[in-house]
Amino acid sequence: MLNVGKIEEGFVLDHIPAGKSMSIYYHLGLDKLDCTVAIIKNARSNIMGKKDIIKVECDINTLNLDVLAVIDHTITVNVIKDGEIVEKKALELPLELKGIMKCRNPRCITSIEQELPHIFYLADPVKELYRCRYCDEKNTERF
Amino acid sequence: MRHLMNPMDFSVEELDRLFDLAADIEKHPEAYAHKCEGKKLATCFYEPSTRTRLSFESAMLNLGGSVIGFSDAGSSSASKGESVSDTIRVISCFADICAMRHPKEGAPMVAASRSSIPVINAGDGGHQHPTQTLTDLLTIRSLKGRLDHFTIGLCGDLKFGRTVHSLVNALSRYEGIHFVFISPEELRIPGYLRETLWSKALSFEEVIRLEDVMPKLDLLYMTRVQRERFFNEEDYVRLKDFYVLTKAKMERAREDMLVLHPLPRVNEISVEVDDDPRAVYFKQVRYGVYVRMALILTLLELV
Repeated sequence: MLNVGKIEEGFVLDHIPAGKSMSIYYHLGLDKLDCTVAIIKNARSNIMGKKDIIKVECDINTLNLDVLAVIDHTITVNVIKDGEIVEKKALELPLELKGIMKCRNPRCITSIEQELPHIFYLADPVKELYRCRYCDEKNTERF
Repeated sequence: MRHLMNPMDFSVEELDRLFDLAADIEKHPEAYAHKCEGKKLATCFYEPSTRTRLSFESAMLNLGGSVIGFSDAGSSSASKGESVSDTIRVISCFADICAMRHPKEGAPMVAASRSSIPVINAGDGGHQHPTQTLTDLLTIRSLKGRLDHFTIGLCGDLKFGRTVHSLVNALSRYEGIHFVFISPEELRIPGYLRETLWSKALSFEEVIRLEDVMPKLDLLYMTRVQRERFFNEEDYVRLKDFYVLTKAKMERAREDMLVLHPLPRVNEISVEVDDDPRAVYFKQVRYGVYVRMALILTLLELV
């Protein structure tokens, strides 16, 4: 059994579907942060069989977790302060996503306008469908 | 400050006020002839559209205002690589209101987000063309006296035709509308529109033959099959003359059925139909000017 030590302040992302941790790592921008990150892949889970876990030691205000709900809203987010879990965050689909998905419509203004952020709005919460704010094309990007 | 990007930007009540104003302009044009004196409209057309541009310009001139602008991207600084955001910031220094047409979808929205003057979407690619929808609604309201409780047939290119999509969305807010979608298999309404109609429990049917449904229509909205929406020339050639509205077909229609068309017309309405009093597509152009006049006055807060 592999053991990874406790963190003092940050997040523990638990119950990540096995194999999705690297996608989350990049989409949360953890590769750009100068902080300690532990990625545990294929950990044993009674409920899921196998799961991934990510531990991030950072100021809890530095991370935008919106993208997690889009990847999988069943991921458990434990907020850690002074080595203890102080909050379990519920993941809800954000009404708007900025700079996370890219519009693939070649007729969209985002394809030519300089430095225009790609913004998507939640068009159908049941189908978890996002559409581009500018051209209304649906997002086809998978995480 | 308000902009117009999508026909749904205005509530039903706001549209009523806009159409009341347009109706008053039609009755008393002289009362509005100086309302925009000293105001300038910038028509920023990144792709040619003579009809829409002239309609906007005519609207502003009728209101006593003046017009500046460009009619294709080649004569604007876009050809030098200027962004839409920068262009609108510059235009905002010259004009009081802007009508923008752009081949890229969402470009007018980008402009609106950076603009210090009202921006009107005058068509963005295959996406939205709200003033055409307002024109269609005003035409129906003026000639039928209402915007609810009728059966409307929409015929032709229902897949790529943005005017159809916008009109269906706009009419879906009124009670008692039954939509009859008439198109070849390849040009049926897109899935998302069908889902929207289902989710709102709206009444609609999809058919191929125009002749069969003519007798039950209160309104027939004809559309052109647009070459520019096809990637394959063969498909365009095969489908472009699928429907031709003729005098013979009009004989099957009700006495008070109206024929609308966003224009330009190619072959889908035979010229022999033009003299039929039920053919109102040229009147529709006139309503387009009235509704744009009402829109300019509303966005400039001059009423």
